[in-house]
Amino acid sequence: MTTFTPATSSEVLSTVQWAAAEESPLEILGHGSKRGIGRPLQTEHTLDLSKLTGVTLYEPAELVLSAKAGTPLAEIERLLAENGQQLAFEPMDCGPLLGGEPGKGTIGGVLAANLSGPRRLKAGAARDHILGINVVSGRGEAFKSGGRVVKNVTGYDLSKLMANSWGTLAVFTDVTFKVLPSAETEVTLAVRGLLDDAAAGAMALALGSSAEVSSAAHLPERIAAHVAGGALGSEAATLLRVEGFGPSVAYRIAALKTLLGKAGPLEEIAGEASRLIWRDVRDIKPFADGTEKPVWRVSMTPAQGHQMVLTLRMQAAVSAFYDWQGGLVWLRMEEGDPEAALLRGLLRKHGGGHATLVRAAPAHRAALPVFEPQPPALAALSQRLKQEFDPKNILNPGRMA
Amino acid sequence: MSGLAMPKPDDATLRRRDEIVADMRIIVPGEGVVDAANAMRAFESDGLTAYRQLPLVVVLPETVAQVSRVLKYCNDRNIRVVPRGSGTSLSGGALPLEDAVLLVMSRFNRILAIDFPNRIVVAQPGVTNLGITTAVEQEGFYYAPDPSSQIACSIGGNVAENSGGVHCLKYGLTANNVLGIEMVLMNGEVVRLGGSHLDAEGYDLLGVMTGSEGLLGVVTEVTVRILKKPETARALLIGFPTSEQGGQCVADIIGAGIIPGGMEMMDRPAIHAAEDFVHAGYPLDVEALLIVELDGPGVEVDHLITAVEAIAISNGSTTCRISQSEQERLSFWAGRKAAFPAVGRISPDYYCMDGTIPRKELPRVLAGMRELSEKYGLGVANVFHAGDGNLHPLILYDANVPGELDKAESFGADILRLCVKVGGVLTGEHGVGVEKRDLMPEMFNQVDLDQQMRVKCAFDPNHLLNPGKVFPQLRRCAELGRMHVHRGQVAFPDIPRF
Repeated sequence: MTTFTPATSSEVLSTVQWAAAEESPLEILGHGSKRGIGRPLQTEHTLDLSKLTGVTLYEPAELVLSAKAGTPLAEIERLLAENGQQLAFEPMDCGPLLGGEPGKGTIGGVLAANLSGPRRLKAGAARDHILGINVVSGRGEAFKSGGRVVKNVTGYDLSKLMANSWGTLAVFTDVTFKVLPSAETEVTLAVRGLLDDAAAGAMALALGSSAEVSSAAHLPERIAAHVAGGALGSEAATLLRVEGFGPSVAYRIAALKTLLGKAGPLEEIAGEASRLIWRDVRDIKPFADGTEKPVWRVSMTPAQGHQMVLTLRMQAAVSAFYDWQGGLVWLRMEEGDPEAALLRGLLRKHGGGHATLVRAAPAHRAALPVFEPQPPALAALSQRLKQEFDPKNILNPGRMA
Repeated sequence: MSGLAMPKPDDATLRRRDEIVADMRIIVPGEGVVDAANAMRAFESDGLTAYRQLPLVVVLPETVAQVSRVLKYCNDRNIRVVPRGSGTSLSGGALPLEDAVLLVMSRFNRILAIDFPNRIVVAQPGVTNLGITTAVEQEGFYYAPDPSSQIACSIGGNVAENSGGVHCLKYGLTANNVLGIEMVLMNGEVVRLGGSHLDAEGYDLLGVMTGSEGLLGVVTEVTVRILKKPETARALLIGFPTSEQGGQCVADIIGAGIIPGGMEMMDRPAIHAAEDFVHAGYPLDVEALLIVELDGPGVEVDHLITAVEAIAISNGSTTCRISQSEQERLSFWAGRKAAFPAVGRISPDYYCMDGTIPRKELPRVLAGMRELSEKYGLGVANVFHAGDGNLHPLILYDANVPGELDKAESFGADILRLCVKVGGVLTGEHGVGVEKRDLMPEMFNQVDLDQQMRVKCAFDPNHLLNPGKVFPQLRRCAELGRMHVHRGQVAFPDIPRF
């Protein structure tokens, strides 16, 4: 049982080359903040990238940042904030939900898990912002893909392929991301007291308008009490975030108020209070309860979300909230059984999508497919691809099974 | 590049042509198989017209089942296939091969579903890019990526090339606007990636397919997201005495946290050619002309126009016009949009390049281009997607002058080498195709290229789909798959461990 802690790309390379020759599987780790997601691993050795750190290039005017894969996300976000910039896809902090420390996670982990946040539809996920990579494949070969410019179609986009690969294709050593200016002003409009179906209608109306809503979420009664330190109270809150330059935000909020005037009582929440709410929606704070009760992330066509939850409730005790601009329904199974087959069956009947068991006890994660099972032809294709990157199956073997 | 080597035609396939054509007629009955040389002439090249080749046979399937059967038939018999959308590729991605079936997707031309509440459109791959916007604009929606060929280019081709356009700095490329596809693998299997929801589970095969230039699979259905049209759009037309000042203005706009809907730059030769052609009212005494378009609610646009104007003045702009009407905004764009045909008027032929550079390197790259222009004795005009660093140098030449095409191509290759040298890339949006294929080693070493080819092996292990494109040298998948190290041959790594 050895933990390797390389501090340079060439040390990563020699470690993987050794493991490939020995056919000895490695668990690939950054801070371990997402270790609880996926099938539990039982590898003899660990490759810990938390010492492979440092921002190697940051040019704010070029909207580009490169860093060693083990660089803490918090460090990068701090550096960007000092320059009025951000990772626009708002990578979630998995710590609170999974019972770990908040503020952990590396930039490599952001890509490996393809993290995103409540601005998902407008701003995309990690996959939409990654520009280039340097990695070491399971063959023990260092290769690169992409570059440092936004517009690039030179060769296959292997950078995107690394998104959501959970360390099973290659070990990242360097990543380059597109960065963007932070919004100057942020205001959230909350419609209070709506039931799920009315909230879905209000959000569809708002998102179909030209108010350029960047995030939309519905926190049902009681769930609402668990964000921003209880600032919203426990009454249901349907939240619409508007970001941009001051005059524009004021105008668009006014337009939304006219549009939604009859939907229910409206509240305006500005600045830091708004940011706190969206950070907690991003980090799934309503379900960050210190338990191992199963939590599902369900990606589906937004308009059908509440109908699926309604049907699910007839057969299982669940808490739910909706991150609409992320295209997500978040579910907590209150009785401890993940009910995977039931949920995935219902999902197929409600327009399709995929359900990921983001939190569950190790026994459940070992027994159930954590990630949505794929149809046979697609699963076979994915398997062939894995084989082309990691023929000896030494990188996080079985994690995505 | 004129001496482009394509894969050696397979004699067995050429000999069996009659039998293959007959079998194709069984799979695709009716008018869907074209084998007469004069009728196939229309398909002999794409937008890169310097290269022409008649295919073995042209097949225009109408159903997914037909696509699947054609591919399986060819896979089983080791017959090459070149897929084609509308044939607007500027890099020869749809250039036929003598021994390959040309699979033309133009009859897949229907919009299958429009879902306004979820803001998605499902289209067949032969629908044009503009056709999607046309289908939804009565409700105030549009499809954001807008390559300049949007009136003709197909959405399936957009997926194959990861097409951009002038608005992609703010609204993203095809890859950021496609939610899902259905595709057929070379073995005939039909797979769906993504769908009407976000982020397909598992590996991001959709991300790899987008921009794969028809080498991995044939797209048979595309799901895209649509956006609400901005309330208003206005533009500024700004002239600078030097390209350095124009470049600094772009950097300062972005530095102020402003991401314009479009930001385009033209150099002196391009400005003059465009002005002579469309009389857009461009200033002729400037070295760099910048068009900055701001879109959104009127109040936001007004706010940002003021901010951008101040930035322009602080960078020494000599002219700055602000559009006061929709007509005036369109007139600002008229010259830029007509830049290619305008250059076509001043030169018998032109060759359009497509490198991307870090924006700050613009003055250095323009200076380098001027030197190369003198060295080769050929003129060059530049249009530039200034926001994202994507350059389109237009090299002026005359194909009727012996050797001039070769010179233009060498000039183009040198420009792309320069782009790579300053930290940029060979192609921003036109694709590698056959055009930049042999330049790939400028950007990638053999290990990089081998890994890309291994991805190809997972999709098409016999290299039957669109061979001769993208990769300078094809290597057999069995050879690529081999590993050369074994137990006990590599020392235990000497690095910190516990």
